[in-house]
Amino acid sequence: MKSMATRRKVIQRMMEGAVFMGTGGLIWGKAIQTTTKADYVLRPPGALKEKNFLKACIKCGQCVEACPYDTLKLAEPGDGIANGTPYFEPRSIPCYLCTDMPCTDSCPSGALDLKLLTKEEKPADINNAKMGLAVIHKESCLAYWGIRCEACYRACPLIDKAITLDYEVNKRTGMHAKLLPIVHSDVCTGCGVCEQSCIAEKAAIFVLPLDKSTGEVGDHYIKGWEKKDENRINDDVKKVDDEKDVESAIDYLNDNDLIDD
Amino acid sequence: MRKYKFLILRRIIQLSILFLFVAGNYFGWELLRGNYSSAIIVDSLHLSDPYAILQILASGFLASSSVLIGALIILLIYVLVGGRMFCSWICPMNIITDLAFRLRRMFKIETEVRISLPRNFRYYILALSLIVSAVFGLAAFEIISPISMLHRAIVFGSGAGWAIVAVVFLIDLFILKAGWCGHICPLGGFYSLVGKQAVIKVKHDKDNCTNCMACFDVCIEEPVLSIVGKESDFIRSGACTNCARCIEVCDDNALKYALKFDLKK
Repeated sequence: MKSMATRRKVIQRMMEGAVFMGTGGLIWGKAIQTTTKADYVLRPPGALKEKNFLKACIKCGQCVEACPYDTLKLAEPGDGIANGTPYFEPRSIPCYLCTDMPCTDSCPSGALDLKLLTKEEKPADINNAKMGLAVIHKESCLAYWGIRCEACYRACPLIDKAITLDYEVNKRTGMHAKLLPIVHSDVCTGCGVCEQSCIAEKAAIFVLPLDKSTGEVGDHYIKGWEKKDENRINDDVKKVDDEKDVESAIDYLNDNDLIDD
Repeated sequence: MRKYKFLILRRIIQLSILFLFVAGNYFGWELLRGNYSSAIIVDSLHLSDPYAILQILASGFLASSSVLIGALIILLIYVLVGGRMFCSWICPMNIITDLAFRLRRMFKIETEVRISLPRNFRYYILALSLIVSAVFGLAAFEIISPISMLHRAIVFGSGAGWAIVAVVFLIDLFILKAGWCGHICPLGGFYSLVGKQAVIKVKHDKDNCTNCMACFDVCIEEPVLSIVGKESDFIRSGACTNCARCIEVCDDNALKYALKFDLKK
């Protein structure tokens, strides 16, 4: 009888443990998920993709200490950003693109990686940073009203590359030009100097994280006028094994059967 | 004064390390930069919190070799030499919880809200933190750790972290005696497990003991003192933080620091 009693106790203990672990784990997990679900957060240059960055960041703040402009901050409870991870708000202090990349270089854990600032086997270059992408809200941009501004264009550390000016006739007056800032997403680093420089009360040009500011066409549209993109057809065709399928797939719109069906 | 020599030494070490971190951030001193999660000494040697690294690995990210080696160095120091000394000699939260512990004794605050947690609760938290890290892909304890919030609040001057530190203080003061360090903290649990066989231990001499129970009164991990007055031996439990409060309060020379080299036992 005694052994039955102890066995019952052991089983009860195990059940209690399982319930504690299960509910505790779920609450814990949900709690950390809500703290990391920030829609808008800009990370230092060379940061891994957000999901991996959150795994890798050890929250030591060495990047924050390395930053000479006090751009980077560590998230506190209540900021809505994963506690202790570094971020910056360009409207108050943007990233000034230090050429020696002290923040990225200081990261011990690999959450910030100099390799992500390298292109084509050249040494790491801060201008390869992709912290986000500047986006313009035309309706609140004075330049688009037809008033000459150029503040963001002049401030941009990659002037005439990341932001260029387009000239357009001002149809309202019929005699002036509009000098319109245009952001080039292939060059823009997301440093946010433009956002800080914008003279509007609430910045008309602002940096958004890449996943919030970029679209994706998908593989099935091809720029037929670009040789390199055009080649993708041939590459894709090679991947298909069945020759017949390829022909029918390419020519299916020319196939009369389509109408009959 | 002699009664507090280890306490004073501990506070000097704790506050010096804290000061060096603060100086690293505010004055750019290079002696010690970063914080208790990961630090760099004189711009050359990385040191990391092995428990934090364990969570990062559990979350599915292979951390860089510099932090892995840094964590290994720290781990070896505590496994071989220090045991759970991090908790009482380094951790800044210890200053807060010791204060709560002392105030509790001074004002005879008895637990009114009756919450009893088993001492091994922290090992469940420890196991759970690794499971949650793996399932949710994020170092689970690091996100909510009051210790990290405390040292970040001090080193980086943030304000919001103090709220959770206050919660820990109040729990320790009014709800559960030695609640945080003695029952909940998984980092303490981690060092309790890995530091069990370390060399530095407190040694008890039964023949000198008068059963005055002064040591039980000051110990935040009183179960580790179970042999006191019964047999002469090392305090073998890994939960002992080597804080030496028992050594200080003992008027009978029945407790002292000693080195334990018998790995077989």
